[in-house]
Amino acid sequence: MSSILIIEQILNGLQFGVMLFLMAAGLTLIFGVMGLINLAHGSLYMIGAFAAAAVAGVTGSFLLALIAALAAAALAGAIVEMVVIRRLYSAPHLDQVLATFALILIFSEGTRWLFGSFPLFLDIPDALSGPVTLPGGIEYPFYRLTLIGIGLAVAVGLWALIERTRLGIQIRAGENDREMIAALGVDISKLYTLVFALGAALAGLAGALVGAIQSVQVGMGEPVLILAFVVIVIGGIGSVRGALIGALLVGLTDTLGGVFLPELFKLFMENGAAQKTGSALASMGIYVLMGLVLIWRPTGLFGARA
Amino acid sequence: MKKFLTAAAFSALCATGALAEVKVGMITTLSGGGAGLGIDVRDGFMLAIAQSGRDDIEVVIEDDQRKPDIAVQLSDKMIQSERVDVMTGIIWSNLAMAVVPAAVNQNVFYLSPNAGPSPLAGKGCHQNYFNVAWQNDNLHEAAGAYANGADYKKSFIMAPNYPAGVDALTGYKRFFEGELAGEVYTELGQTDYAAEIAQIRASDADSVFFFLPGGMGISFLKQYADSGIDLPVVGPAFSFDQGILQAVGDAAMGVVNTSQWNKDIDNPTNTAFVESFQAEYGRLPSLYASQGFDTANLLLSALDKADPSDADAFREALRAAEFDSTRGDFSFGPNHHPVQTIYAREVIKEGDVFTNKILGVALENHSDAYAAECKM
Repeated sequence: MSSILIIEQILNGLQFGVMLFLMAAGLTLIFGVMGLINLAHGSLYMIGAFAAAAVAGVTGSFLLALIAALAAAALAGAIVEMVVIRRLYSAPHLDQVLATFALILIFSEGTRWLFGSFPLFLDIPDALSGPVTLPGGIEYPFYRLTLIGIGLAVAVGLWALIERTRLGIQIRAGENDREMIAALGVDISKLYTLVFALGAALAGLAGALVGAIQSVQVGMGEPVLILAFVVIVIGGIGSVRGALIGALLVGLTDTLGGVFLPELFKLFMENGAAQKTGSALASMGIYVLMGLVLIWRPTGLFGARA
Repeated sequence: MKKFLTAAAFSALCATGALAEVKVGMITTLSGGGAGLGIDVRDGFMLAIAQSGRDDIEVVIEDDQRKPDIAVQLSDKMIQSERVDVMTGIIWSNLAMAVVPAAVNQNVFYLSPNAGPSPLAGKGCHQNYFNVAWQNDNLHEAAGAYANGADYKKSFIMAPNYPAGVDALTGYKRFFEGELAGEVYTELGQTDYAAEIAQIRASDADSVFFFLPGGMGISFLKQYADSGIDLPVVGPAFSFDQGILQAVGDAAMGVVNTSQWNKDIDNPTNTAFVESFQAEYGRLPSLYASQGFDTANLLLSALDKADPSDADAFREALRAAEFDSTRGDFSFGPNHHPVQTIYAREVIKEGDVFTNKILGVALENHSDAYAAECKM
């Protein structure tokens, strides 16, 4: 196994990780600030992808498609927060799970009703398509490098927003003591809508970016949602920094496990059987990782210590 | 007055009786990731029923959401409370394995419009089970035969880790005479193939064979086209059907795929089918739609000769397969799976629409490798 292949797989893992981060960041913010488990986060990812595909289909512009994805997901998030979620803040987690699960069904069927059951077309813009040659002679798709760049830029932007702005102070205060910041005169319901829309927009952005290299179809968000939950459990619920580290860990574990475990089994097994066993075990890899992290730190890597 | 009411009730009873002389249960995937396939099968099937003009066939349609547990519940309900005579519709092999053996053992006939897992063609075959589409390995075997003809020496092969995926790679290897540069099982439902594409790049393959139905194929083809690797790709029709080609776009152009059906097969039944399907639903039919259409026509041809309540006569009528198939000649082998010609097709663009064109025959009058194991 050449070092070029290993470096390429590490890049793949990083790219997968930063896309997971976009999903997990919104999820963890919403949970941290509002204490809400939002299962419908995957639907917002799907809305972003569908909005991007629809706008790209009409205008042919990928940039406009991304803007549409951000706007549509943020708008859907804000509406959902005001109409449904607002009633659930004081409700037990089970009610939240039930209500947001219902939202998944409503969004999925609504999307099918609007766009039909067949996958939509969304392609990489010409300027970003094709491979580039990296130092060391590694050929890597330019679009995936761009995704890594965008993901890291969003991570830096989120850090600056939370650590360096007034809104960030309010978000952090909301995580610590929501009664107190309401008493200090912060409009808490507006803050909640804003945070929810921000999380939704990040999910929509991820959906649009990933939709260009995958298929845009109903139900595309749910598999990613499960991984995003694994990420925030590993990173520590409510911690954006934890979401970034967790997402990169999960991305790298999943990608590298899928490549190297079958190779490992080939050392003492017949090829076909090694492939099957290796890939079956690799799909468990991230859950094993989650288990180990939870044994070591029960509240996740960066979770609040109880 | 009372007498009149009784008479009315009696005639109403007769009327419903006449309406539902034969009850068909269709369990198929109408929601979630694989919905396009189920919808095509259903639409093709219902088109043939509508064209027959018969009003004594009742089709009960249910959505399995691609989940085996739901398919089993639906099948129990159809057999025990709806009392269907014939069942059909299942798309996915893992669902078929969960439903079909139990259904045929309860004296229901099952006509498969898609899934053809190997156990049901071999040791687990059953006199009441008929597959109208193909045995799972068939199109992959044809891909292997095509690869020999195209002089490929070293293939990188890939499929999801589930029964049909294992059948796929087995089928390709059975006919491909070259070596393997790599053999990879992916996760079912996987959407990112960066890791596999890197392995293809690092290998010394001269061709790539893959079986990734539905959305998985869309993702792979787009990512493969963007990777800059230009090895020729060959695969079964499942990643190149009419429903998903438009979502793949230019990335699929020129790819060779194998299918038992295409819209340009020249026979009157097929021409009429393509035309009427387009008129009815406003889109081109896929191979799944043709399979649904053929399944319904097989059923209709058997119903013309016998009633399902006379199981032996009905089974003989099904086995005779005297219907006009969209594929031209159609007959069943000893294990009730088709003996048919499989073509190599190429993805082309007609105006704005991506579709397939037949290049030539990949395997002629092909049966399957499991027929000998079937003791009926």
